[in-house]
Amino acid sequence: MKQSTVALNRLGALKGVMQRFALLALVGASFALMLLGKADTVLVERVRTTVADSVAPVLDVLSRPAASLAAGVEAVRGLTDLYEENQRLLEENQRLLRWQMVARKLEAENEALRSLQNFRPEPGASFVSARVVADTGGAFAHSLLVLGGSSDGIRKGQAVMTGEGVVGRVAETGLRTSRVLLITDINSRIPVMVGEGRQRAILAGENTDRPRLIYLPANAGVVPGDLVATSGAAGAFPQGLPVGVVASVEDGVVRVAPYVQRDRLEIVQAVDYGLNGILPGEALE
Amino acid sequence: MRPTLWQRMDTMARHLVPFVLTLMLILLAATPTHLPGMVRVGPMLSLIGVYYWAVYRPDLMGYGSAFSLGLFEDILTGAPLGSGALMLLITTSIVVSQYKFFNGKSFAVTWWAFALVGLIAAGTKWLAVSLIYGLSADLQTVAVEYLLTLALYPVLGWLLARAQLYLIKDA
Repeated sequence: MKQSTVALNRLGALKGVMQRFALLALVGASFALMLLGKADTVLVERVRTTVADSVAPVLDVLSRPAASLAAGVEAVRGLTDLYEENQRLLEENQRLLRWQMVARKLEAENEALRSLQNFRPEPGASFVSARVVADTGGAFAHSLLVLGGSSDGIRKGQAVMTGEGVVGRVAETGLRTSRVLLITDINSRIPVMVGEGRQRAILAGENTDRPRLIYLPANAGVVPGDLVATSGAAGAFPQGLPVGVVASVEDGVVRVAPYVQRDRLEIVQAVDYGLNGILPGEALE
Repeated sequence: MRPTLWQRMDTMARHLVPFVLTLMLILLAATPTHLPGMVRVGPMLSLIGVYYWAVYRPDLMGYGSAFSLGLFEDILTGAPLGSGALMLLITTSIVVSQYKFFNGKSFAVTWWAFALVGLIAAGTKWLAVSLIYGLSADLQTVAVEYLLTLALYPVLGWLLARAQLYLIKDA
């Protein structure tokens, strides 16, 4: 009897030591993973895409009721201010019709000038639409998982858009899912041009909902309300895609409010402009 | 009497409940809610799951489970690999080391303790992410997420207690 309690005590002590060892080993593994992730190896990416691919069906099922619930709430909210909305749309329609006339005129003029200049048109774009199944915001990462991968023609580096403007770019592609790095993510850097002066700058995400402009010339004269669009530099994005407007200029820090409303993202489009992007060919595979 | 094969499989399945439920919480947290404002901050549901099970069934939420759940969350959300794993490991290790304190405490006390443990855990993740990027992550967002998580703990804790009562029992 006494012997067995001694043995049990020893077993308990051994178990405690083993547990402590496991904790240390796993904490060590966490730090090792942080370093490995920082090195950004192909292996890490493959693991990420494989996991995303395998949980995609579950995420798909989960995101459907959430989407229909949101649609229901939206419908009720829409009913309450139907009249106001109608008035606003009527006004907007009139304004847009005037713009349409201007645009038609400019289009014809553009056409004529291009034919004079023997201008080579940009290659046409093709796009793939994909449903958003996971949206992770917060302080640590800003990215989306969309239901569409390499088997649907989505490729790494493609621009991701909605009707409102640029959402981000494809960072990883699996067979069935892709990860979209939002323009607000801390790892996102996009060449843009600002305002009527078309000042070149880089839009850098900071994991907040207001990314900032860096490498903007000191005398750029940027003011809140200036439009921000892609500049097409480095061949990552084509020129002129709408990104957002300058929200604030404080102590030389220029922040941009993106056009895209994160909470409305349901379907996004991965657009293929036939550009290779900043990354060399083999890195895109 | 030796348990039959079915009984053993039943027990095994019941022992998997904490892990699977926390996994579901992680997936749920990643689901787009389309609620205005909720995309910028989301409650750290995995923290609630791991904390709850470490307090009430420490035998079913070990370091290995906490680590793999955290790693899964990192992979899914695109956060730096290992940062979430570290957060959940810290959570489990604090609870396990203070098991005498947690033994038989009321819900209010565990909630209060959750505020402390969660603060340390979220702080750890914030520090890890800031170190990795060499830039301090947005402290305000982390603070809001932490408060949101804290506010959600009673509701989720109640649901998890139901699950413990009906799905695990004394297995």
